[in-house]
Amino acid sequence: MDRFLYVAMTGASELQLAQAVTNNNLANASTTGFKATLTSALDVPIEGPGHADARVYSMTAGQGIDLTPGGIVQTGRELDIAVDGNGWIAVQAPDGAEAYTRAGDFEIDSLGLLTTRSGQPVLGEGGPIAISQYQSIEFGRDGTISIRPLGQEASVLSVVDRLRLVSIPPSDLVRGEDGLMRVVEGGAAAVPDAGIKVVSRSLESSNVNVVGAMVEMITQARAYEMQIKMLGTAESIDQSSQQLLALT
Amino acid sequence: MYQALWIAKTGLDAQQTRMAVISNNLANANTTGFHKSRAVFEDLMYRTVHQPGADSSNDTQLPSGLMLGTGVRTVATEKIYTQGSIMQTSNSTDVAIEGRGFLQILLPDGTTAYTRDGSLQRSSDGELVTSQGYTVQPGIVIPIDAISVEISRDGIVSYTSPGSAGVTQAGSLQLADFINPAGLQAIGGNMLIETAASGAPQVGQPGSNGLGGTVGGALEASNVNTVEELVNMIETQRAYEINSKAISTVDHMLEYANANLGR
Repeated sequence: MDRFLYVAMTGASELQLAQAVTNNNLANASTTGFKATLTSALDVPIEGPGHADARVYSMTAGQGIDLTPGGIVQTGRELDIAVDGNGWIAVQAPDGAEAYTRAGDFEIDSLGLLTTRSGQPVLGEGGPIAISQYQSIEFGRDGTISIRPLGQEASVLSVVDRLRLVSIPPSDLVRGEDGLMRVVEGGAAAVPDAGIKVVSRSLESSNVNVVGAMVEMITQARAYEMQIKMLGTAESIDQSSQQLLALT
Repeated sequence: MYQALWIAKTGLDAQQTRMAVISNNLANANTTGFHKSRAVFEDLMYRTVHQPGADSSNDTQLPSGLMLGTGVRTVATEKIYTQGSIMQTSNSTDVAIEGRGFLQILLPDGTTAYTRDGSLQRSSDGELVTSQGYTVQPGIVIPIDAISVEISRDGIVSYTSPGSAGVTQAGSLQLADFINPAGLQAIGGNMLIETAASGAPQVGQPGSNGLGGTVGGALEASNVNTVEELVNMIETQRAYEINSKAISTVDHMLEYANANLGR
């Protein structure tokens, strides 16, 4: 049997994985602060005696993160913030370590802790941020949180903490299985950056380029059909050799 | 069977939920004291298919891995408590809350619900009740022959009786506030109930301790911004179309494979 069948097969099955990544981007076209995953295909030569680079399998790589900022959408909600430009909001992951997100749709839990939508505490300069009852809350341009405590005059503002906003070199960023970003093992620790600005009462929309992702989806579908066609060709080659060598 | 298909399906589900939330907001654009909701999405777990840095041979390593996302999910539909505009009505028992706080209502089962719908009326006993007939807590009774009723900024309900020059106080409205009002659970009928996420209610006199003031003879309109909802609707519809396009593309791919290989 011709072994190019297997080469075409890896092409088709890896394209299925790439398509799954594209569809995941499309499914998250309206997820707050979502960063699209980039896919690429790698060539994986089969090495060893007798192979001599005759066969090169394909492998889909999909760990690149598209860091283009999403659009900023005004929501008017006090606890919504969007990071303007580059930079990350530090949160505490379930394992206690620091993780990073761009989704700034915060809430305050029943204990007064500022958390993300999925319940992870948002980190300030001094760890998790506890907010006492307030009449109004404001996020400053640099992430400073100030509140007007309950029953106080409008002139009485107290500063609670400042969001821990960090910048991380793109090469050190890796997406965790929970969707939060982390610093890659061995990467430099994230450093707070005073230059990162936030926009209050707004959210960052998903950065998925819907049209681009759709074109990618169509390209992948056609490439897949091409691989299937190759599988068909391999089959017919095998059939003809069978006919030639048939004993009857 | 085929992951891309199921991932696109989660996208359809999410957009459908969002559409339901938008429709509900639009349907309640004229509901007194209604606060809009918003569907909140989050990406689902990621699965590592190829681990980056894994050995591809004895002395080479894979330069890049493959993380496969598994779609999107709706984490919450949360209420947004921005102030609705105050509409003047000529009904003296109407009350709007300007600022934080909820009116307390006694449900038939003895528990307390909270609302910002202040379209109050007098029951046959003269008690202040909501439009469903549930009594406002603490109970306030206005005699049947009262001529004019007045609700002050700090919640005091007073009335004048025929033949008397003075004004009599019938009682005082109290407001409840929560540390996390978004954690309240909506039970319909403009009412909300306390949950573990909202925290315990803190009851006080309107206008005191950070609570909002009460405005008599007025109602709070819903805070739904119809234009914003329409824009959301367009966005949702397109996102839905794209996800269904993704499903049909995957379907065509499988169809093609079946037609060409399944002989």
